[in-house]
Amino acid sequence: MTEPLLDVRNLDLVLSHRSGDLPILQDISFQIMPGETYGLVGESGSGKSVTSLAIMGLLKKPLKVSGGQVVFQGQDLLKLRPRRMRDLRGDRVAMIFQEPMTALNPLSTVGRQIAEMYVLHQGKSWREARRLAVHALDSVKVPNPERRVGNYPHQMSGGLRQRVMIAMALACDPDLLIADEPTTALDVTVQAEVLRLIKELCAARGTAVLFISHDLGVIASICQRVGVMYAGCLVEENDTVALFSNPRHAYTRGLMGALPRLGSRLTHGRQRLVDIDSVIADRSVLTETRFIMPRGAANGESA
Amino acid sequence: MKLGFNILLGGGLTALVIIGGLLAPWLAPFDPVLDANLMNSQLPPDSTFWFGTDSQGRDVYSRILYGAQISLTVGIVSQIINTLIGVALGISAGYWGGWWDDLVNGLTNVMLAIPSLIFALAVMAVLGPGLVSLLIALGLTNWSWTCRIARSSTLSLKSQGYVQAAQTLGYGDIRIMMTQILPNIMGPILVMATLGMGAAVLAEAALSFLGLGIQPPYPSWGSMLTDARELIRLAPWAAIFPGLAIFLSVLGFNLLGDGLRDSLDPHMRTRKT
Repeated sequence: MTEPLLDVRNLDLVLSHRSGDLPILQDISFQIMPGETYGLVGESGSGKSVTSLAIMGLLKKPLKVSGGQVVFQGQDLLKLRPRRMRDLRGDRVAMIFQEPMTALNPLSTVGRQIAEMYVLHQGKSWREARRLAVHALDSVKVPNPERRVGNYPHQMSGGLRQRVMIAMALACDPDLLIADEPTTALDVTVQAEVLRLIKELCAARGTAVLFISHDLGVIASICQRVGVMYAGCLVEENDTVALFSNPRHAYTRGLMGALPRLGSRLTHGRQRLVDIDSVIADRSVLTETRFIMPRGAANGESA
Repeated sequence: MKLGFNILLGGGLTALVIIGGLLAPWLAPFDPVLDANLMNSQLPPDSTFWFGTDSQGRDVYSRILYGAQISLTVGIVSQIINTLIGVALGISAGYWGGWWDDLVNGLTNVMLAIPSLIFALAVMAVLGPGLVSLLIALGLTNWSWTCRIARSSTLSLKSQGYVQAAQTLGYGDIRIMMTQILPNIMGPILVMATLGMGAAVLAEAALSFLGLGIQPPYPSWGSMLTDARELIRLAPWAAIFPGLAIFLSVLGFNLLGDGLRDSLDPHMRTRKT
């Protein structure tokens, strides 16, 4: 078996506060193989995004890692000096975000912003970088790339901007792409195109993807393996097919149960949409029990 | 873009000062220093001496044109120094936060608490009078508002998606400040610099009036006022015209600053596009 590309081991993350440390992530462990697409699902506030920020080394006070390792290509990212970590970001690990509308600098052309990646990480000249930027736009299937490089972000639609973000993120052929809900802000048809694009580009380049979403449908269509996060813990992890056909953890089942299904009204008659009871549990309570007593119990199941 | 009244009038007055200053050697009928002739002392305005003459018989019109050079130099150079200091401190404080932010904030508050003219007087007292020390004194005293604005704009930009995206793409701190933050706060900074120029012109006049700025016989609007002060009843034109020059140029800078603020306002801009 090959070495995992990213090996997150027992990651603990806390929010430092005067009254003591509040645990945010507890004992998160997962591995991503080279070229693999790994999905992280969970509701808002379950710790998906903060996990990705921890991997990128971009946690802001008062958040801090209190234990564990993030081993990427054999080195522990948490022990890396800031300068080395910065060189790694954008070059070996890149990230795309939910909000394509705000993720680009409004005052410079998209071509310049893509070109800057080549200048920054590969030491290319601006002239060369600009040529590569046209190429990069072409590779993310932006029509008319020669003309579009001179565009400012406000001249582009959300879907195009997300493509530009992808072009920037993949400019230096990173080994890992972290996609934090990259399609949530896009409408459904564009969403499908962007997803296909990410899938194709990463497959072609052998880029591993950590795909964060709360959309189970999206996860099912793109990921090979899935981890389910709940209240700062990774509660279940399995192959996508196995997880969807046989969810084991009560929370995963709750999550699946809450999906509206097309045609269910014909087979089961008119029903209320199922929801997961109560709001997300208070972490300070969860520190003791760790599991989802209130919710699992409400669904008549045990954790 | 439709230019507002402010920007037109302000720009016009500022252009007048700039043209007057730059072309002074060609526009001025007399030498501002050497053409002193006590026979012509305190002549009222006529066709030879458009603005009259001062107590030493020098042409007030020529002296005002040359004085524009000094006012402009002081206004522009001191504002460049102020803006560089204010922007560098403001952006870095806003971006890095922590103890550096506290330090810069404290310094800014101290600077704001000291009346800038008094501070400039103190600096001038240490450095001695003259153009260079005037530039240093005014360049060191007026950066606090620029700093505050740069800092608060940086704070709001820091949470913008593209600044965070730049971090994930491996940009260094300095690069983020230069390429992501600075261009996006140039609008308000430019406005502050323009408004500051008016203040600097006024401060130069005040310091020169007090005898600490430009030294006689070189013409500065402030020192011209000092010279004319004692004879204001006999030769009011020697005081009125430099005063008018100060008034109009400060008005010009301020209107230009206001006009720029209106046209650079992000709300106005989104409506435009």
